[in-house]
Amino acid sequence: MTERADLKLATPAADTLQVILAGDWTLGGELPGTAEVERTLAAAAPVRTVTFDSRGLGHWDTGLLTFLLHLEQVCTRHRIRLDREGLPPGAKRLLELAAAVPEKKDARPPEGRVSFFDFLGQEVVRFGRAAAELLEFIGEATVAVIRLVRGRARFRRADLSLYMQAAGVQALPIVSLICFLVGLILAFIGAIQLKLFGAQIYVADLVGIAMVRLMAAIMTGIVMAGRTGGAFAAQLGTMQVNQEIDALKTLGICPMEFLVLPRMLALALMMPLLCLYANVMGILGGMVVGVGLLGLGLVPYYTQTVQAVGLWNLGIGLFSGTVFGVIVALAGCMRGMQCGRSAAAVGEAATSAVVTAIVGIIVATAAITVICDVLGI
Amino acid sequence: MTAQDAHITVRDLTMAYGDFVLMRDLNFTIHRGDIFIIMGGSGCGKSTLMTVLVGLKAPARGQVLYGDTDFWGADQETRDRLLRRAGVMYQSGALWSSMTLAENIALPLETYTTLRPARIREVVKLKLALVGLAGFEEFYPAEISGGMQKRAGIARAMALDPEILFFDEPSAGLDPVSARRLDDLILELNESLGTTMVVVTHELASIFAIGTNSVFLDVSRRTMTATGNPRKLLNETKDPVVRQFLTRGEQS
Repeated sequence: MTERADLKLATPAADTLQVILAGDWTLGGELPGTAEVERTLAAAAPVRTVTFDSRGLGHWDTGLLTFLLHLEQVCTRHRIRLDREGLPPGAKRLLELAAAVPEKKDARPPEGRVSFFDFLGQEVVRFGRAAAELLEFIGEATVAVIRLVRGRARFRRADLSLYMQAAGVQALPIVSLICFLVGLILAFIGAIQLKLFGAQIYVADLVGIAMVRLMAAIMTGIVMAGRTGGAFAAQLGTMQVNQEIDALKTLGICPMEFLVLPRMLALALMMPLLCLYANVMGILGGMVVGVGLLGLGLVPYYTQTVQAVGLWNLGIGLFSGTVFGVIVALAGCMRGMQCGRSAAAVGEAATSAVVTAIVGIIVATAAITVICDVLGI
Repeated sequence: MTAQDAHITVRDLTMAYGDFVLMRDLNFTIHRGDIFIIMGGSGCGKSTLMTVLVGLKAPARGQVLYGDTDFWGADQETRDRLLRRAGVMYQSGALWSSMTLAENIALPLETYTTLRPARIREVVKLKLALVGLAGFEEFYPAEISGGMQKRAGIARAMALDPEILFFDEPSAGLDPVSARRLDDLILELNESLGTTMVVVTHELASIFAIGTNSVFLDVSRRTMTATGNPRKLLNETKDPVVRQFLTRGEQS
């Protein structure tokens, strides 16, 4: 059974205010604030000293201490002496301990509202810095690739095959599922329109060209951004947190060659293969709709697809796939290398890697499409 | 080469994070064969000073001379060459977590020597045995304790027989006996191989047990306030902050 915390004020002398504490002052209970004391102090001007009477005090914990600390601040503000004598010895010692090291004024980060223009300026500067970092990273990656071509890059071949496995074979199930369904969806959308004209057979053209030229690469790219790009960022980010990247640097081993290059190489090599596989799965998806729903024959569907999909389409698709692979690897590795030194930073790096990769893929798609249009292919 | 040859000379060094100046006007010399202690209170920039010395963070001003070469004024290739003769043990070990201990220690050897794999295996075995981890070759860093990770970190730092070894808080987080054993290891390596040691620490027991030279960083004045043999400093210093630090606050 706890007693209610109680606060009474008395004035044993003209310039003294006595704070009488009674009951249980624990965090869980309802505690009186310092408002009453403050009011009294403001009203009765000549008070010079605040004393305590804690004879009626029962249990106490941090609840009492925060009250006292606040009261002390109030007293300092009013230039009133606070006499701790009447407090329980434990509370007195803890208060002394809390005051032992004075508050560091310049340690606190600057607070307050930032004006709109300040904010805008900061954002612009930050954007500029991010752009510079991006260019720097791409530059370093290019140098690493050049060293690779000249046969001077240092990394472990075992790492490369490990990443190739992770970005290749292990991605097959999810790529199969996604691309099969995308092919299926494309066929459905096309079928509804084409049926109106009795031109169902052109579903094969639509699915074939869309998948081979563009969709397979984009879908595979996005899947890889999520599963591999994010993983790269998290791996490198954790290495940053554990100082593992520092350890590489102080041994004179270039993290760009040792960590980024094999990952980039693995994705650049595996993405065209994955795209080729995704093409097959997408066309299969379309075929299921064409043959199963529209009543087209298996052989006509196949022949129509082969006729529609030219070598150029295939080439553009595979090229896009390779570019997307490099983008996903670069985005993942860059965010990982830029990662801060905390657990939250690793999470942010992984998220940011996926977002960056997807934005990069869309921008690259637009660029490739425009270039192909200009070249007329 | 005499024992008093300067190994690393620091001249007018100022370290800063952006506009925030951490330490200014540092001037001291680490001699060959020294066990040099970088000491000071928490948050004074001991570890940052080490990152500047090992080339991870550029100083805001001043020079770090390795022998006669200005480290931060040199090109990347020279810096890499200088660092290859240095080993660093990080606070948490910083072992590459995707590799076994043997692979961790073998990597610098594979990268910088032309030794055959069998020879490398022998060297790895020796280095692990030196730090008391014989038989742990095939363990991954996550499978061993924190103290063992630190010792494995030392084994990796020693892989290329460096002329200078850096230790970031070697005894932090270790029980007193393990900490003592680590001190003994540092002393032993220093005596038998003549390796220069630079140790960042605030453990008084370690400082007096192994230190032959030191620098004290005073966080309130943002500069160094003492340098020399820590035992001598204890007897001779007039600076109240250094005195307080070296006597665990009992005399000030």
